Amino acid sequence: MATILNPSYRSRLSYQAALLGGMCYLMSMLLIGGNQTTSDLIDQHLLNDKLALLDQVMPPSRYDNDPVAAAQWVSAGQWSQQAVEIMPATRGGVLTGAALQMTVPGWGGPINFIMAVDQTGEILGVRVISHKETPGLADKIEIDKDHWITGFEGHSLANTPRVQWAVKKDNGDFDQFTGATITPRAMVNGVYAGLQVYQTWRQQHTATAAAQEARHE
Amino acid sequence: MSNPEYARIVRDGLWDNNVAMGQMLGLCPLLAVTTSATNGLGMGLASLAVLLLTNTLVSVIRGIVTPQVRIPVTIVLIASAVTLVDMAINAWLHPLYKVLGLFIALIVTNCAIFGRAESFASKNAVLPSIVDALAMGIGFTWVLVAVGAMREILGSGTLFAHASLLLGQGFAWMEVTLIPDFSGILLSILPPGAFMALGFLIAIKRLIDRAIQARQTRLNGGLMPLENS
Repeated sequence: MATILNPSYRSRLSYQAALLGGMCYLMSMLLIGGNQTTSDLIDQHLLNDKLALLDQVMPPSRYDNDPVAAAQWVSAGQWSQQAVEIMPATRGGVLTGAALQMTVPGWGGPINFIMAVDQTGEILGVRVISHKETPGLADKIEIDKDHWITGFEGHSLANTPRVQWAVKKDNGDFDQFTGATITPRAMVNGVYAGLQVYQTWRQQHTATAAAQEARHE
Repeated sequence: MSNPEYARIVRDGLWDNNVAMGQMLGLCPLLAVTTSATNGLGMGLASLAVLLLTNTLVSVIRGIVTPQVRIPVTIVLIASAVTLVDMAINAWLHPLYKVLGLFIALIVTNCAIFGRAESFASKNAVLPSIVDALAMGIGFTWVLVAVGAMREILGSGTLFAHASLLLGQGFAWMEVTLIPDFSGILLSILPPGAFMALGFLIAIKRLIDRAIQARQTRLNGGLMPLENS
């Protein structure tokens, strides 16, 4: 073990303050540099992930517009504190459905997911983009780990009454995971809220479109 | 530094003074993420990377840091290193981040990292500190994988499930279903299962250590081995 030299100036308070301050400054600079180098790449990755998931839930044959560019942020009203991003899909100018990106509070943190519905409000697919649920227990909401999330497909507000929008433990239609009920419960509520938000948005959208039509004539 | 000392460092890291089984450090991430062998492997590799970085840095600056401010300086260093590793993996190894991302933030809470910085890297030259980081990191990884494997077999009847997500498609052969159609013992996946698995593992280590000691005593003709033989 090397002998550490200890000159007298090192025991001064000013040396120690400068050392600690200098180290914090250096590390802050490194973190700022690191953040600036990586943030664009990370945003790009997140966008790519989102587009890949959009392709999974919304077949590209359904639309000829750019849903991400046409995105609108709407308030989720009573259903959630967070705003919902609605990406309308149109073909030949006619609404064929929409993809919704929204966030619900899970067990370990927010669950960010994307869901697609057709024009009648029937679910085409749901995928989780990011979450902080317990690995090995509640991460079965990811499509890579379990097919659970495909259980939403085909459901709509019309064919599934309010009381059925719950996990089986609560007498609903959807499975829960062994050892994890809170995560599936949050997802079921989130998807239900998404359908409500879409329904409200579509009514407004149709009304606005009709009003525009009337003005043109 | 002579070679036998490096051998000592490696032996300490892998077995004698193993982070999880000897020093009993890093149990928070160990108990939290070892629900499967793959998760254990992921957490172990992430910890190994961070440990390598922090041990090196702490060893490099050990000459200018005074004992009075050593602990805050080390904490700033470790927190920054973990954040940098987190950002780097997210930006350049994004597929890996999607699997490991959940674990990286947990490494800050791993007192094993701080423990090695304090007890080894702050007193030793750079090269031995790197060897120590490798030995301790690999030692921690194998215990994580062992605990994860025990819990996964009992809890879901599989071994290394989803390993191809972590390591790439080439490692799909590692995924084995040992007991088909096995509903699993839930207790094993829940937190108490982690304590039990670790407890069994430590008990087994103690038994092996005792057997080795008994054999050495017999070879020495009934004499207890010297402490530093």
